[in-house]
Amino acid sequence: MTRFVPAIILILLLSLWAFGVNPITGCEIIARGAFGGEVGLSRTLVAMTPLLLTGLGMVIAWRAGMYNIGGEGQYIIGGLMGASVAKLHFGGPGVILLSTGLGGAFYGALAGWLQVKRGVHAAISTILLNFIALQILAWAVTGPLQAPGTTASQTATLEPDQMLARWSNRTDLHSGVLLAILLSFAVWVLLSYTSFGFHLRLTGENPRAARAAMLNADRIRVQAIALSGGLCGLAGGVQFLGTSGVIDVGFNQQWGFLGIPVALLGGLNALGALASSFLFGALMAGTQSLSRSVLGGDLLIFVIQGAAVLAFLAMRRREQANA
Amino acid sequence: MLDLLRFAAPVAFASLGETIGQRAGVLNIGLEGMMLSGAYAGMLARQTGNPWVGILAGVAAAILVGLLQLIFVLKLEADQVVAGTAINLLALGVTSASYRKIFGESGELLSIPSISNSVLIGFMVLSVPMLTWLLFKTRWGLALRAAGEYPDAVQASGFSVVKLRLQACLIGAAYAGLAGAHLSIVNAASFQEELTKGRGFIAIAMVTFGRFNPAWAFVASVVIGGAEMLQYRLQAQSIQAPPQLFLALPYVFALLVLVFVGKGGRAPGALGIPYRKEQ
Repeated sequence: MTRFVPAIILILLLSLWAFGVNPITGCEIIARGAFGGEVGLSRTLVAMTPLLLTGLGMVIAWRAGMYNIGGEGQYIIGGLMGASVAKLHFGGPGVILLSTGLGGAFYGALAGWLQVKRGVHAAISTILLNFIALQILAWAVTGPLQAPGTTASQTATLEPDQMLARWSNRTDLHSGVLLAILLSFAVWVLLSYTSFGFHLRLTGENPRAARAAMLNADRIRVQAIALSGGLCGLAGGVQFLGTSGVIDVGFNQQWGFLGIPVALLGGLNALGALASSFLFGALMAGTQSLSRSVLGGDLLIFVIQGAAVLAFLAMRRREQANA
Repeated sequence: MLDLLRFAAPVAFASLGETIGQRAGVLNIGLEGMMLSGAYAGMLARQTGNPWVGILAGVAAAILVGLLQLIFVLKLEADQVVAGTAINLLALGVTSASYRKIFGESGELLSIPSISNSVLIGFMVLSVPMLTWLLFKTRWGLALRAAGEYPDAVQASGFSVVKLRLQACLIGAAYAGLAGAHLSIVNAASFQEELTKGRGFIAIAMVTFGRFNPAWAFVASVVIGGAEMLQYRLQAQSIQAPPQLFLALPYVFALLVLVFVGKGGRAPGALGIPYRKEQ
């Protein structure tokens, strides 16, 4: 992870320059937006939370050899499931979050089942499922989940007791960030120290050895992508319950996609994802500040992340050549 | 009929090119990004007033993006899915950010004069026998298909697998550029962020559905074009059904196709596997 920091800073400077922004001023704005006092730092942590959760999801799926590119769809389905449960009013944040995880897990498992049983490459099915989820979202917030008595395309606002706890009313920092950090340790333990984690990694790294060890690789793959989808769904839930308490057509902010670079630059390792999600969370909070003075500045995050993954591929190749 | 072909053209161009690439053993997950780059460059160059400049710019942009991806896929032997995903993120970021910077805050629709271009449609239809001939009747096509099945054997008989794959993928990228430029210049006559909306992935699905054969991939793409046209017609008749149902139709169709075609028995044996020369 630390090896990539210089590369990412270089990419950041280059893309600022290419975008016609003075790199020094740009970095200053980004740094202030990301770390400037209580407000800046809490913005970084709030942006880091969904990145970490979707990133952890990608770590689990990709380690099992399942190319889950459907974090976006799983995030949406999770959020919608949460909104449906919230509408019924029979539980607090815990119950709603659980349902968001289950919703995402179901959507992930669907792609897993398609690959294992029908040979549909997950990289393609998950993308198609993303677009279907987007239409389900648009339909739900103008139909069954629309806030009653309004024409706005959004769900009803959550009750205060359905939202995640906050530390202070000056910032948006919510307790979801703690949940995400705890889960990154849980995923680390799961993958490194349990037999399920070992089987999962074996299935991804060496399917032949997994078969030789009499493992049911298909089943492990479906479980892995279900777990992955669950984490992405939870990301949707945490975002829903932690920030605005409302789901509208713009609910998905590409969090599911951005989890992929987070996981890759974290070396497909849970604790690595923790570090890289902090880095990208800071970049995200910073570029949001930048977008106030430079149109489209917040979109630079995609450029930086795409370039960072390519840098990661090139550097890994060099290491392999040297090894 | 011409209307139908016009609707089908973006997916059809993309899937025709992708068939060639997949036959050589490369799964181009970055197809969406190449199409998007082609669409954006095409829209920018269309402002000159000459649609052909736009089309050429779209093709050129997609080839450049394709070359970037191929450095990783062929030279660095990187994972094809990872490299393609990075290209997609990059293309989305660069086109959206620069679009918003040049055309303003909203990044919403921008209209360019629409044209109807039967020359492009003609080229598309002609591409079907042309690519079929290249792939199945020439020595080059034989070597290319072998590079997708048994790369080691091809290398041993004096061909360069990397070179064959490079040629195949550049053809694929050029077609992706045509697809994107056709989408922004002819179909939409406008641009917006993420204009391609997953059409690159639908095209990949159509390649599987078409059993890795240009003619069938083309037929499958026309069916998707039909679904898209139907969606507009039905919406125009204001039928009592949520519009999202129709908008989701092409994706659902593509997914169902993959489910029922299943493992697509005829997939090239070495599809998606980076080729490493034996040292």
